[in-house]
Amino acid sequence: MILKTLFSQLFTRPATNRFPAKYMPKSVLGFLGKVQAGKATLVPPVPVPPKFRGKIAYDREKCIGCQLCIRVCPAKVIEFLPEEKKIRMHVARCTFCAQCVDACPVDALAASPDFLLSDTDRHSTALIVE
Amino acid sequence: MPDQVYEIPIGPIHPALKEPIRFTFKVEGERIRGVDIRPGFAHRGIEYMGMKRNLIQVLYLSERICGICSISHPITLTLAVERAAGIEVPPRAQYLRVIFAELERVHSHLLWAGVAAHELGFDTLLHLTWKVREKVLDLLEELSGNRIDYAIPIYGGVRRDITPEQVPQVEAMIRYYRGLLDELLDAFLRDPSVEARTRGVGVLAPEEADSLCAVGPTARASGLAKDVRQDRPYLVYGDLGVKAITPREWGLEPRGDVYDKAVVRLLEVGQSLDLIERCLVEMPEGEITSFPKIPALLAYLKKADGEGLGWHEAPRGEVIHYIRLEAGVEEPVVWKVKAPTYSNLMSWVPMFVDQEIADIPIIAASIDPCMCCMDRVHMVDASSEAMVQKEELLRLSRAKTERICRGGGPA
Ligand code: SF4
Ligand code: SF4
Repeated sequence: MILKTLFSQLFTRPATNRFPAKYMPKSVLGFLGKVQAGKATLVPPVPVPPKFRGKIAYDREKCIGCQLCIRVCPAKVIEFLPEEKKIRMHVARCTFCAQCVDACPVDALAASPDFLLSDTDRHSTALIVE
Repeated sequence: MPDQVYEIPIGPIHPALKEPIRFTFKVEGERIRGVDIRPGFAHRGIEYMGMKRNLIQVLYLSERICGICSISHPITLTLAVERAAGIEVPPRAQYLRVIFAELERVHSHLLWAGVAAHELGFDTLLHLTWKVREKVLDLLEELSGNRIDYAIPIYGGVRRDITPEQVPQVEAMIRYYRGLLDELLDAFLRDPSVEARTRGVGVLAPEEADSLCAVGPTARASGLAKDVRQDRPYLVYGDLGVKAITPREWGLEPRGDVYDKAVVRLLEVGQSLDLIERCLVEMPEGEITSFPKIPALLAYLKKADGEGLGWHEAPRGEVIHYIRLEAGVEEPVVWKVKAPTYSNLMSWVPMFVDQEIADIPIIAASIDPCMCCMDRVHMVDASSEAMVQKEELLRLSRAKTERICRGGGPA
């Protein structure tokens, strides 16, 4: 059975999705630059499932500053801004449990499909939500 | 000198396992004559951290005790807290928890099968098993949102339902594995070289399994019909009527070797598929949690007073969480976790004795050990072991430089 599977594997597409490119580019950032300049094409990532828990999206207008999200967050991601009665999230700490989303009484928080979050600076603007 | 006994330390970081543990083997030629096991290297102080957080935060901490058992630990914790606080779980939520727990068993056992194949040198089989394992991970991702760390159980129920549109996907997964299971059983259990490397290797006699309190597939491979789902049913396992699987199911007298452990785990994949299928049929409509509002849950838990024990048959065996709550305090006063590997650790000793050095990796892997699950303490004997911290080392280094500058030699 193994031999049969192995043989057929020679002619089938690999199970791995080759994101972002078929062969690992020397520099990922350089490659992404080329993609933006239209000189290379990106192999798209596997689409995320509908209930995916990615980077938390925050609707500042809706937020009433009740701090419930801060109470339930297991990773101490969320900081309270007392003057404005709003919150700031440090995504670098987030464990993507979406418990804050469940806790928020006014639906100011939502789990977005955003998952490409790696960064060399944990305080970069992409990792701060406010 | 053939009768000379040597001591070989293996670990804490070593090729047999991806997790840290130290073995000290006494070997005579190629034969192992004795072994000493030193765990504790993955101790993270999780229980103490839990006692500094409110129960909802503890839930996600418990999920991160182990990546593979990221359903087993929170389910066991919720059962303990629900017992302590007197919370009812709606029937639909109980079925959903069972479905997720069994999905976890499927992916965990397939993971083990791949690891075992790899330890034996059959990397083709490793890649094949891990390729088919993707199907159940895809389904878990579809149902829960993420591939690992599912964030599904919560006190009083579960956080996400299985919608009618998702049911066909679960059924498709069951069909996929049913079609494959025979081939997998064939590749593992009817392969002469796998048999040659696993038969009679790492034997755990039933009496030893019993007296050393082995749990899970490790005990069942020795012929003990021991399964928490059967012996002390919880959730809806009582209604489902789980029967512990031993190699007898495969038509063989149990011998307790590595081969038998593979038999038990692979057959349990089939058993889990049956359970999931039955859950889908028998699952009633209704609420999925008795506390839809988080503030109400937090307030209720704060008032709760009492102690509770939760138990669950994780893929590796019995896991237990103990919790003690005090009224007016949000944090648990005591949280104790006993993971299956803790119970199985001692069975390694008789399994290793009189085996060959080359069999160490597969015997170590045969209990499907998980150090991060298990390490709740780290013992340091300060009187006999000198522990040098980073600061102390730095001080010593600087002192040496000074000494050399002043013309002195090494101490
Ligand atoms: S998803 Fe979880 S870890 Fe992240 S901010 Fe929300 S509660 Fe905190
Ligand atoms: S729970 Fe919602 S409303 Fe309350 S502080 Fe957090 S985001 Fe704002």
